[in-house]
Amino acid sequence: MNIVVCLKQVPGTTEVKIDPQTNTLIREGILNILNPFDAYALEEGVRLKERCGGRVTAISMGPPQAEEMLREAISLGADEAVLLSDKAFAGADTLATSYTLARAIEKLGQTDLIICGRQTFDGDTGQVGPELAEMLGLPFVAYVSKIEDINKGMHLQRMVEEGHEIIELPLPAVITVVKEINVPRLPSLRGLAKAKSAPIPVWTAEELAIDMDKVGLKGSATRVVKVFSPQRVNRGEILQGEPEEQVKNLISKLGDAGIV
Amino acid sequence: MEYFLTEEQKTVRDLARKIAEERILPLRAELDEREEFPWDIIRQLASSDLFRIFIPEEYEGLGGGCLELCLAVEELSRACSGVAITYAASALGALSILEYGTEEQKRRRLPDIASGKSLAAFALTEATAGSDAGAIKTTATEKEGGYVLNGTKQFITNGGEAEIYTVIALTDKERGARGASAFLVEKDTPGFSFGEKEKKMGIRASSTRELIFRNCFILKENLLGKEGMGFIIALRVLDRSRPGVAAQAVGIAQGALEAATDYARQRIQFEHPIISIQAVQHMLADMAIEVEAARALVYSVARTIDSGAKSITEEAAMAKVFASDVAMRVTTNAVQVFGGAGYIRDYPIEKMMRDAKITQIYEGTNQVLRNVIASELRKRRSRQE
Ligand SMILES: Cc1cc2nc3c(=O)[nH]c(=O)nc-3n(C[C@H](O)[C@H](O)[C@H](O)COP(=O)(O)OP(=O)(O)OC[C@H]3O[C@@H](n4cnc5c(N)ncnc54)[C@H](O)[C@@H]3O)c2cc1C
Repeated sequence: MNIVVCLKQVPGTTEVKIDPQTNTLIREGILNILNPFDAYALEEGVRLKERCGGRVTAISMGPPQAEEMLREAISLGADEAVLLSDKAFAGADTLATSYTLARAIEKLGQTDLIICGRQTFDGDTGQVGPELAEMLGLPFVAYVSKIEDINKGMHLQRMVEEGHEIIELPLPAVITVVKEINVPRLPSLRGLAKAKSAPIPVWTAEELAIDMDKVGLKGSATRVVKVFSPQRVNRGEILQGEPEEQVKNLISKLGDAGIV
Repeated sequence: MEYFLTEEQKTVRDLARKIAEERILPLRAELDEREEFPWDIIRQLASSDLFRIFIPEEYEGLGGGCLELCLAVEELSRACSGVAITYAASALGALSILEYGTEEQKRRRLPDIASGKSLAAFALTEATAGSDAGAIKTTATEKEGGYVLNGTKQFITNGGEAEIYTVIALTDKERGARGASAFLVEKDTPGFSFGEKEKKMGIRASSTRELIFRNCFILKENLLGKEGMGFIIALRVLDRSRPGVAAQAVGIAQGALEAATDYARQRIQFEHPIISIQAVQHMLADMAIEVEAARALVYSVARTIDSGAKSITEEAAMAKVFASDVAMRVTTNAVQVFGGAGYIRDYPIEKMMRDAKITQIYEGTNQVLRNVIASELRKRRSRQE
């Protein structure tokens, strides 16, 4: 089974600061980490490989320093890793990212399963998984919480609000996984040794023979007009007591404020 | 302090620390309270290859030595020495095979110990034979192609959980200690059973049980070394594993020092953090001095062993005695720094004091090891005359 896991390097904090001049993230002094949701995708890929054989390839689109995260993926059980990095990819939204990843997956050759995390820690959109499936013309299931059985297809559990659904999915396919699916392992000594010396090829736009109009900022359907921290507003007042009492209280407050 | 560790040794230390902090710390209070064997953590240690670091590459290990083992044990003990001793006891069991096993015995058992699929254990102590290990009564009587074991081993770490046991038994009762031999016994051998799990003061995540042999037949190929070598094997193996207990003690003491320092920085009395009180400062300073001195001694002895030195009885005993006495003093004083909170089980510090105590007792009590060191001293001086 050839498994591809899509990973993203994200700032290791949810409290990012925004530069008021440029409206971009202040990345200095923030450690980059493997997107926490992607750790479950990687772990599930490695477990499937251990169960059914095959290979796990980790891919990431990102700046050159994302190589470090791909080495971490190897220490955690990925067999190989590819970095998609090019100045032309900068500023990509989910559409351009999915397009770039899709071209890279096609270049990798026969793939049975593509696993993504449910969303990223920084962008939080959860769109790359489904868009990738669309671009590759593959079936897709989101929020997978368990892979039960694998034969020609897979039996999956998908988390829904009221519980879970059992789904049969033909392969090849794309899935996104939730954190309930597993507990990611910590690295192994042999994995760490392998990660240190593993070659990590970098594929540029040229190597992917890609449509330059569809990548990076140019290929993005989203325009970021302005990024700002919302104004801190004072918390409203919550009225306590029985409904009748609350209504009375409210009317008197509105009266005091000269509204009614 | 700069201990000149290699990149590989640093990797072992850092990975053991990561596992300790992420997987052991959150569970240690619960494991202690419930006296629960930490299988999930053992599996993590296995999948991280930590059982491979004391096994040579030919047997699917990573070919480390005593220092690598000490680094891992120290880091695990810093979080929970109940987990650490479970790990270290498997190394102790493996050591007897490594040092005295035939090629065939090594090929058959070591790969499973290296992968962590099997835990190992080492069984010498009996009800009538603790410090006086030569007084063991378990017998191994030769019978058609093998031996029949009868007797009971007491206080065996990993008892009931390990798959493979090194057992010291008498093949010749007349000759006492010289009539002892070492055997490898597998868990499911008919006639081999376990006593109840002991309820302990500390290291409560670990399992300690009796091993009971009732007409337990094992094949001749399970004899380790030669008949009559059992006692020598036991002594040599314990010499090599004592730095591991010493590293356990250093880890406990380090954990206690850190906890006490943090507590002293944040506990306010008389309007100031108690760390500004000289009496507290000096306690912490003495703790820090002793922990570092113990670590330096343990690493030096481990390196001496890894260099291939033959007679290390005295050095190994020194490391074990010194580090365990340090761990007891440091944890007792750490409880003192915590004051009343130190005595309450919501805080981790009383556990460290309970855990430290065993390091002065097992693998040779500190009294017995002082006898050993003194007798080596005496021998050495008399040779020099
Ligand atoms: C939790 C735990 C785990 C253990 N794990 C193992 C294991 O995996 N395998 C194994 O084989 N054993 C194991 N043991 C046994 C352990 O090694 C013995 O308990 C230890 O060697 C002491 O023996 P004893 O308990 O019989 O004490 P005793 O020998 O009865 O000693 C009692 C006291 O007398 C002192 N004493 C005795 N003889 C002398 C002497 N000649 N000079 C000075 N003082 C002396 C001792 O220092 C001690 O203070 C374990 C014990 C415990 C509690």
